[in-house]
Amino acid sequence: MDKLSQDSAPIMEALKQFRRMRVVPFDVPGHKRGKGNPELTEFLGERCLSVDVNSMKPLDNLCHPVSVIEQAEALAAEAFGADWVFFMVGGTTSSVQAMILSTCQKGDKIILPRNVHRSAINALILSGAVPVYINPQFDDRLEISLGITLGQVEKAILDNPEAKAIFINNPTYYGICSDLQAITDLAHQHGLKVLVDEAHGTHFYFGKGLPLSAMAAGADMAAVSMHKSGGSLTQSSFLLLGPTVNKDHVRQIINLTQSTSASYLLLASLDISRKRLALGGEEIFAKVCEMTQYAREEINQISGLYAYGKELINGDTVFDFDITKLAVNTSGLGLTGIEIYDILRDEYDIQVEFGDIGNILAYVSVGDCYKDVERLVSSLSEINRKYRKERNIFCYHEFISPQVVLSPQEAFYSEKVSLPLAQSASRVCGEFVMCYPPGIPILAPGEEITEEIVELIRYSKEKGCSLTGTEDIEVKYLKVLKGE
Amino acid sequence: MELWYSEMHTKNVQFGIKVDKQLFSGQSEFQRIDVFESPEFGRFLTLDGFMMLTEKDEFIYHEMIVHVPMAVHPSPKKILVIGAGDGGVVRELVRYPDVEHIDLVEIDEMVVEVCKQYLPLTASKLDEERVHIHFQDGLKYIRKCENEYDLIIVDSTDPFGPGEGLFTKEFYGNCYKALKDDGIMVNQHESPFYEEDAVAMQRAHKRIVESFPISRVYQAHIPTYPSGHWLFGFASKKYHPIRDLNIPKWKNLGMKTGYYNSHLHIGAFALPNYVEEMLRDVE
Repeated sequence: MDKLSQDSAPIMEALKQFRRMRVVPFDVPGHKRGKGNPELTEFLGERCLSVDVNSMKPLDNLCHPVSVIEQAEALAAEAFGADWVFFMVGGTTSSVQAMILSTCQKGDKIILPRNVHRSAINALILSGAVPVYINPQFDDRLEISLGITLGQVEKAILDNPEAKAIFINNPTYYGICSDLQAITDLAHQHGLKVLVDEAHGTHFYFGKGLPLSAMAAGADMAAVSMHKSGGSLTQSSFLLLGPTVNKDHVRQIINLTQSTSASYLLLASLDISRKRLALGGEEIFAKVCEMTQYAREEINQISGLYAYGKELINGDTVFDFDITKLAVNTSGLGLTGIEIYDILRDEYDIQVEFGDIGNILAYVSVGDCYKDVERLVSSLSEINRKYRKERNIFCYHEFISPQVVLSPQEAFYSEKVSLPLAQSASRVCGEFVMCYPPGIPILAPGEEITEEIVELIRYSKEKGCSLTGTEDIEVKYLKVLKGE
Repeated sequence: MELWYSEMHTKNVQFGIKVDKQLFSGQSEFQRIDVFESPEFGRFLTLDGFMMLTEKDEFIYHEMIVHVPMAVHPSPKKILVIGAGDGGVVRELVRYPDVEHIDLVEIDEMVVEVCKQYLPLTASKLDEERVHIHFQDGLKYIRKCENEYDLIIVDSTDPFGPGEGLFTKEFYGNCYKALKDDGIMVNQHESPFYEEDAVAMQRAHKRIVESFPISRVYQAHIPTYPSGHWLFGFASKKYHPIRDLNIPKWKNLGMKTGYYNSHLHIGAFALPNYVEEMLRDVE
């Protein structure tokens, strides 16, 4: 295979070539370049439908790439400084699951911060691995979880020398980074694989002056949400591998659950976005940093709002901070983040990424411009003028340090009964309860439910958090393990 | 040779002016700016291809956006003008000797430069000493103003492109805050006639109604704007556009105008039924 340069996009080029060939489709998809579904074609556009095609020789096959997909993956690996990159079409959820499933088997221990995304704990249900949680310190003023410290990691490893892997958020949704380099080195000294959730860290690979990326730290695998800061289509993602990982084994793991009809729209979007980042990423993220920094300074002139930044860095629980994250603490206005999130959407036609009890997060990316940043800042200043309330600071935690009684898999597959929330305390939970976004579980399967946790769920509901994860859509009942 | 400027007023309606020659074409940081010379309308300015003003009919727009609030407010001294880099609003404002201070906030410096060079008819008073020009996003500028102005005139482009932020609730809310207790805000309110313009008009009206206790709409006939039927918004904290109109005082100024007069002032607030209905729908 000739080495291609970063300005090529092999999947896109193959699709363009394929479109020119005007091949008569007697294969799937049945819409046949859109002709069989005029309304869909009108809505999405003929150009889009004409490349919604099936795997075939000139377009390669994601399950077993040997030509253009393989070339595109090699280019992505080069761009990210990884040993290999897999193109993923099941969201970063699928990348996270592939990392865990390829390193942990049933009964293996994995060290994770408790503020992981549910996709990581889902992977534990699939693999049967047992979580060893590190509880990151909670910042009472900002009402967010901070990073995990080297000391916490060391203790977890010494207490669980047989652990197979450690899982790290880089960064958290709010932009907090742990000391990835030191943790990676320590974990490797003890023979653990280092798996990094970089769902919110694509830009670390391209921007200047941003926190360290997983591959640069020598981590073994990283899950990168290209569709977040990378600009590709929703649901497309990268799984990056370091040199110590057997990529053929990982591919087999991916193929356990991955679609055999991967969308070429997603694949092409990954290919094109990789090209864009490789060629212009530094400039793009310099602009994003500049815009976010500007917004932060303007927002911080509004009394009652605190858009935090690098001043949080303390070399320990906040080892580094991703300044592209525009998280704003709202408690000084006497309003919850959820309330502001709703006001922004309903009254000002502005959709932010999420609001939780104490914060909102505005996602600033390659697609934004100053004009829109002005709208956000001005709306926040209006909310301060019109909605401000005198109210006490909330006492809220993202989660309460859980007691893990059973492995998530064991709990998930155990016999369960449904109990009203109020009566569920002291039982073992059989399902997830979380606010989404950010999607960090309050309860995961196998964890003991306490009065305090029941109270947190009640409080989150009352504050208008969108609670998910439970079988009962209204979260009035919880599935708990039977026979205790 | 026939050279025509054309603008799509809707997907299915095209408006055209025969052009003699193009005087200027340039791309600023924000938009494309063109100035043409035409036999029928004289010189005219377009932004991103959309008609902004012609020498022949600009007086209608500028008189109506300025004299209506000026004849109502008892003593407008400090005035903020947003947009309006062509200088037409300022030209009308500086005719009032009692006006002390005018801040003009225009996002695009090139518009001002081009108008000074090619459209002296509107831009001639931009260098007047009472006029202070700020090249900034209007939304950003006004965020920091509180209880400062007697009158705000929002001479925006359309609600898409660089002027988008000037049709938002946060902008009108900030205008409210920037005005004194008896302040007035007047804005370019789009047209009620073609559907797309009408939707923009209703959205703007809804947001103004939510921000100001008094909010009325008046109309003018502007031949080169889509449908020719154009609206302005009159939003105010205290003064009513007709009940507080001081006709003798305005007449005393002895100002010569081409379109505006006191009868027309009152009449302009009488709207066609279909427009009244559209406004009521969002009030």
